[in-house]
Amino acid sequence: MAVQGALTGPRPQRMSLARREAWEGYGFVALWLVGFVVFYAGPMVASLLLSFTSWNLIGRIEWAGLDNYRQLVHDPIFWQSLKVTGIYASIAVPLDLFAALILATLLNQKIRAVGWYRTLYYIPTILPGVVTAMVWRWVFNPQIGLINQALALVGINGPLWLASPQWALPAIIVMSLWTIGGSMVIFLGGLQGVPVQLHEAAEIDGAGSWTRFWRITVPLVSPTIFFNLITGMIGAFQVFTLPYIMTQGGPQYATEFYVLYLYDNAFTFHKMGYASAMAWIMFLIVVVLTLAQFRLSKRWVYYAGGDTL
Amino acid sequence: MTVRGKDRQAVTPLAPGDQTLAATAVPLPSGLRRAWQTGKWRRWVPVVATHAVLLVGAVFILAPALWMLSTSLKDVSHLFDYPPQWIPDPVRWDNYVKALTALPFGRYFLNTAFVTIMSTVGSIGSSLLIAYGFARLRFPGREFLFYTVLATMMLPGQVTMVPTFILFRSLHWVDTYLPLFVPLYFGRPFFIFLLRQFFLTVPKDLDEAARIDGCNSFQILSRILLPQIKPALAALAIFSFMWSWDDFMNPLIYINSSDKWTLALALNGFQSPLDPGMPVLHLVMAASVVVALPAIIIFFLAQRFFIEGVVISGIKG
Repeated sequence: MAVQGALTGPRPQRMSLARREAWEGYGFVALWLVGFVVFYAGPMVASLLLSFTSWNLIGRIEWAGLDNYRQLVHDPIFWQSLKVTGIYASIAVPLDLFAALILATLLNQKIRAVGWYRTLYYIPTILPGVVTAMVWRWVFNPQIGLINQALALVGINGPLWLASPQWALPAIIVMSLWTIGGSMVIFLGGLQGVPVQLHEAAEIDGAGSWTRFWRITVPLVSPTIFFNLITGMIGAFQVFTLPYIMTQGGPQYATEFYVLYLYDNAFTFHKMGYASAMAWIMFLIVVVLTLAQFRLSKRWVYYAGGDTL
Repeated sequence: MTVRGKDRQAVTPLAPGDQTLAATAVPLPSGLRRAWQTGKWRRWVPVVATHAVLLVGAVFILAPALWMLSTSLKDVSHLFDYPPQWIPDPVRWDNYVKALTALPFGRYFLNTAFVTIMSTVGSIGSSLLIAYGFARLRFPGREFLFYTVLATMMLPGQVTMVPTFILFRSLHWVDTYLPLFVPLYFGRPFFIFLLRQFFLTVPKDLDEAARIDGCNSFQILSRILLPQIKPALAALAIFSFMWSWDDFMNPLIYINSSDKWTLALALNGFQSPLDPGMPVLHLVMAASVVVALPAIIIFFLAQRFFIEGVVISGIKG
């Protein structure tokens, strides 16, 4: 780093302390400056430009104007991938958060074996995604899978799950409940910040546990809920490993998540321009989601300190 | 986003021993105790209901994992038994030998370990330097630069995936491990953000005293600040490990030759090299257990840091 060299080298004239500190500061963050340009800003600009071209990695890059975007609008698989991702984001994400919050509330009590439960519920989140996919592919097996065998015990003839266009996405949503341990631990952290006196006072006033959950717990951990909601929705636009291994997006594109289609366009069909257009649309959606949630949050998120950051 | 650094004392570690024994009954403030004693049932009904819900959930959580373990030890003739065999009979330990020799798993293990170690060293080392700059040194443009860190933190990697691939391809880095860890040597936004938060909790007087004693910035970072944030560093190291171990998409994009596969790719490619007509479910599950094992071991060894880390950072692991 040249900046560091300038600092330590013999220099007769004294730099002012502030200038010296500034140079040193640039030296320390220089790596990020390079990283930001090369791995974030540069690629963002490059993918915007690429999205107006047509390129298959081998031939020449051809200017295509708005062709990619026009094609996307008429691409039923693109809309399907948006739909699948949208359904997942609006059902699985809130469902998992709600389940995680209930679970955290239960595990925030002083009951026997609470430590064992917490460990147990957390374990699925540490398994590598590929392992989870391998196991659950069989859990949903219509004949020998655990889910249908459990349903058979209560006399229900289970569906074909991953082999059925109607049930494949619900299967992946059910499966997402398996890994709520991560959100649960975050909520536990939030819940332990809720003063016990609040619950006691409400209990004296005759509030049942359900009322206390909605009127005390939920408002007080709302910043945590909010944070998890944003990251969860952005996460829905990153779902890849599970559908890639379990269904390859099928049957009949029923589990064609957005990134799966993006991946296929880029690395299977080598349509770099088309994939870049998809990447930029994804970027805009993520930005809009984040901004919208921040706006909405002002309405229902309770910040104890009164400030929002 | 909430700045989470401050309210972090938070969750008690998962260690089962301490809490559980003491908490046999629901402790209540003395005023309420009498009310509860009028109907004794009210004391245990909620507790029993809680346990009932938790146990049903526990079955949902445990069953697939136990099924994986049990299947990995089954004889091929019992793979598709109905109802399923939960305790394998006979127990086929040799499934593991078969699974691990069907493909060169030793090699895949080393490949994955290499990528994981390089990623962890790079992301933590670089993020430490960058976070120190943001937390302790004043320079024009600092606020703006830090906003770029915050902005990229929320940016899904898939958005920049295509141009990044083209960049690495033009460097002839495809089918090498470099694309999997080199970007991390320029700082990981989440780590920069978290480490900066931690540095801000260390009183600046400590640095200033050290500077008067003749320490330079590197010495202040390594001798004053690092010892103060050791638990946070451990948590970040664990996350970095878990992410690399878990990563599937990037190896899938960049690694082509099967001898360079990581464990995740190997598990995905397990079916192909074996006889396509043979059921290999038991072998796939044995391989799955082996791939999951390092993550599970790390989790149990470092549980405390792990849980603290999740709570502090809001990263779900």
